Parts: sequence; structure tokens; C-alpha cells
Amino acid sequence: MSTLVAERLTLAYDKRVVVDGLDLVVPTGRVTAVVGPNGCGKSTLLRGLSRLLPPTEGQVLLDGEVIGSLPTKEVARRLGLLPQQPTVPEGITVAELVERGRHPHHGLFRQWSHDDEVVVAAALEMTELVELARVPVDSLSGGQRQRAWIAMALAQRTPVLLLDEPTSFLDIAHQIDVLELVRDLNAREGTTVVMVLHDLAMAARYADHLVAMCGGEIVAEGAPSEIVTPRVIESVFGIAASVVTDPTTGDPVVIPHRRKRDPS
Amino acid sequence: MSAAVLAVREARRGVHRRQRVLLVALGALVVGLFLVRALLGDYRISFVDGIRMVTGTTIPGASFIFMESTLPRACMAVLAGAAFASAGAAYQSMLRNPLASPDVLGITLGASAAAVFAVVLLGWTGTPVALVAFAGAVGVAATIHGFAGRGGAATGRMILVGVGLAAVLSSVVHWVLLRADVYRAQDALVWLTGSLGSVSWSEITRLAVVVAVALPLLVVVTRQLGVLGLGDDLAAGLGVRAGRMRLVVTALVVLLAASATAVCGPIAFVGFLSGPIARRLSRGRTSVPAAALVGAAMVLAADHVSAYAVPGTAYPVGVVTGLAGAPVLVWLLVAGRRSLQEAS
Repeated sequence: MSTLVAERLTLAYDKRVVVDGLDLVVPTGRVTAVVGPNGCGKSTLLRGLSRLLPPTEGQVLLDGEVIGSLPTKEVARRLGLLPQQPTVPEGITVAELVERGRHPHHGLFRQWSHDDEVVVAAALEMTELVELARVPVDSLSGGQRQRAWIAMALAQRTPVLLLDEPTSFLDIAHQIDVLELVRDLNAREGTTVVMVLHDLAMAARYADHLVAMCGGEIVAEGAPSEIVTPRVIESVFGIAASVVTDPTTGDPVVIPHRRKRDPS
Repeated sequence: MSAAVLAVREARRGVHRRQRVLLVALGALVVGLFLVRALLGDYRISFVDGIRMVTGTTIPGASFIFMESTLPRACMAVLAGAAFASAGAAYQSMLRNPLASPDVLGITLGASAAAVFAVVLLGWTGTPVALVAFAGAVGVAATIHGFAGRGGAATGRMILVGVGLAAVLSSVVHWVLLRADVYRAQDALVWLTGSLGSVSWSEITRLAVVVAVALPLLVVVTRQLGVLGLGDDLAAGLGVRAGRMRLVVTALVVLLAASATAVCGPIAFVGFLSGPIARRLSRGRTSVPAAALVGAAMVLAADHVSAYAVPGTAYPVGVVTGLAGAPVLVWLLVAGRRSLQEAS
């Protein structure tokens, strides 16, 4: 079980502070969703948590150690990251893409092993991509491609997985596929997941823990039923909404109101 | 064993088998062309005589031509071809752009400009020229690398800076040539075209050492370029330091390209085309060893043609690679488009 903690984390691009003195203890073995309006620092927070962006102040602790002081390959064996819209190299097949997830487990000269084969096969099975193993990634549909990226992250076999908007550009059915896959992974392996999500309703449905951000700070944090309230939605997104309870699951469901037009 | 594991194994085997067959075939081609270049000139030498001469026997008449001309040229062709091609393929793959070979980005031009300046205006010869050429290439590469800086657009900036520097350096070369007296300018021009005409065994040894050290390192490092191809963020997530890796690849590329340029000038198109040809032959996968063999074969064949195509006249090898390179480029473009249409 790995732990991931941010302490007074401040992240900035050049001089522009995007995340300001943020404290966060990621719940181990749970699925956390970070929500908030565009430009609130969600993705930047993920970059900070995954050591891609070194903090200007404060620190990120992975298993109690400062993440920037750990060898980068060591971190890659404990913490996986799927950025938004990664580049697909020309011509490579699904199997080859997923195999790259094994990179942190290889040395400079270490050969590919049977274990790698088993892990890659399991990742392909879980994402239902076995039949597409030899198909070039650039010929896949959007949903399949996203599953291929997730399979690569799964092949990395990290106890912590950070996903930056894994459902963007997917239709509702494929969004649900991806999020179900995340839940599956959490249920089977106990993987700690932190994902940035645009859609508050999806976040409320699929996450155990919600982190609502606005202006680089955490506005509210807790179980979806506590966080998804008209008051929090108003303060985070600046919209009026009703929240009702889903009769089948008991999850909160957000119903945004139409904005009243100014009578001008 | 599960069906999925078998699927993964089969997918890997398919790719690797193809790669092995390709390397063996290209290796055989290089050996064949090497023998042709070394033994079948105006003066034909039998394979057995060739072995005898290499092991120290002197055969009157044959020995001079073989040991001082055709054999060193064949050796140099292999070394220079492999050096230019591996450097080009590694750089193109690192910057994810087929334009990004050291000759297009001005790295070899940096070596040329410095060498021409030293030879024509300062009257230098021999090792100092090689060192100056090397310094020129390092200077260009350092500038390109310096502009890469941090952030997502790094590779795009590197290419733009390189293309810009290439234009500047080519005008420097022209300026130097305009100021030179005719005879020196002609020598410089032959060298600038790329020529194996005057290589010595000491130069061959020097380049052989560089290639023997840098090429295997480049092969090992570029295996990780597959991960870098996923983008800097994802590569970092997988434990690869993109910046440091670019620095290592650049250092090896400069070492190979500049060392080869210092000896036989910038042989046109070899660095630029070998990588894409090798990619095409291995179905879109970057392979530095395959590119190195393609480059060696290209220079061997071009040098043979340049020496014997027109009886009584020998052209610098760069003239032939330059003339042959353009149609190959067209073929790559047409073939590339066709395969794209097939895929879609």
C-alpha cells in the first residue's frame, strides 16, 4: 500500500502560481476524483503529484519520502500517470504500446521476461483488447484508444495511478466503460486512483472521495454525498443546480439549472 | 497458458522475426557490396589474393591498388555510411521528425563550415582540421540544444533553430569559398561534396574507434526512444528523464556525424534517407542497426558507381548519393502515401 500526500504544495509555471499552498492526503486504496472548473489547477495538481512539475514551495510525499528525491524509475514503479491526450507514435501496435508500460521494470540491458508477458496479457484482457493486440494504435476508435492507454498504465503495475481526464472526448457509453474499468482495477488490485474529471455527475457516481478545486485551492473535500450540494456547486462552478438522490444507487445526481438571462 | 499470453507472445515474435530477417539480409548486402568495391575495380583481384594481401603478402601490381585504394575506400564507405546513417536515424527518431537529420539541421554543416574556414583561410591540414570540424558540429548542436529549453514544444524549436543555423552556415561556406584562391577552393569543394578519394589508414582507424564505441551505445540508448516517443510527460511517468536522454543521444549523434564529416566531408542524403528507408523496410519501426547497414550499403554502392560509371572519370561519392538520393526520396513519399491509404 502506497501513500501519497501533498503538504503546503505550491505549483507555478514560470512566476504564475496555479496551485497555492494545497494540503491533500490521498485516501489509500480508494478512487479519488478531482473536480472543478477549467483552469482551476486540477491537471497542474496531478502534474505536481506525479513529480512532473517540481513544487516552488511545499512537498509531495510518496510513502513518506519526498517524491523529487527518489530515483525517477523507482517512482515509476510505484506511481503511474496517464496524461491528457498523450502522443501516439506512428505505426505501433496495441501490444507494443502496452509493452512500454513495462519500461520502469527493465534495466538498461535487462531482457523481456515471461512475467512481462503475463502482465501485458492481463492488462489487455482487463481492457478487452486481446483481439486488437496486433492492430496499429492509430487506427483504433477513440474509446478503444483510451482503453489501450489505460492498458499501458495497468501494465506498469503501480499501486498508485493518476489519470488526467481519462474520459474526455468519449461518448457517454465509452465514458462509463472507462470508469467501470477504473472501479474494477480498484476492486481487484486495491489500486489507489486519483483522476481529474470534468463531469461532476460521473465523478459523484464513480469516486469514493471528491476533491473540489477552485482557483488553485481545495474548496471542499469528502464523500460525494457530502460534497455534491447546491452550495458547493455554486461556489466551485458558479452555477445554480439542484441535487437529487438516485433512487437505485443512492448517489447524488446533479441537475444544473438554466442560467437566467439578463433582461437587457 | 492463457490465450492472451499467447497473443502477446505471437505479436512480439512477429515483429522480432521480421527485424532479424531484415538485419541478416542487410548485413549480407553490405558484405557483398564491400567485396565488390574492394575486389572488382579496373584491376580485378581474386578473393584469395585479397585475403593474402590483407595478411601481409605483397603481390606486385595488385598490392598497391588494393591496399592503398580500393580496400581503404571500402572500409571508409562502411564506416562513414554507418556513422551518418545511425546518427541521422537516431536524431530523426528522437525529434520525431524525418527532417531532423544532422545534415538538415546544420550539424554536419557546422563541421563543414569550420573545416573549410580552417583549410581555405588559415591553411590548416590534418588533425587540427578534424578537431575544428568537430568543434563546429558541437557548437551547432549545443545551440540547437540550448534553444530546446523546457516545455512541450522543445522538439519543434530544435528543428526550427537547426534549419535556421543550416542556412546561416551555408552562406558562411560560400563566403569563405568566394574569398579563397581557385585551387584551394576546388580542394574544398571536392571535400564539401563528400569524397572517399584520399582516405588514409590512420583516418580509418580513428573513425573505426569512434564507430565501435558510439554506435553500440546509440543502439542501446535509442531502444528507450520508443518510450520518449510517447511524449515527455508520459516518458517521465515511465521513469525516463527526457532532457538527459536527449543530451546523451545528441552527444553520440554529434560524435558520429562530426567524425565522419571530418574525414570524408558531408556525403549528401545518407544521414537523411537511411533512417526512413530502414523504417520503411521494418514496417514503421525505428531501427538504428538497420539504418546503419542501409547507410553502409548506400555509400559502398555510390562509391563504386562514382569510380566506374563513367570510364576514365571519377566523381566524388557525394555527387552520386546526391543524384540518387532525390528519386529515393520521391519513392519514400509515394510509398508512404500508398501505405497510408491502405491503412485507412
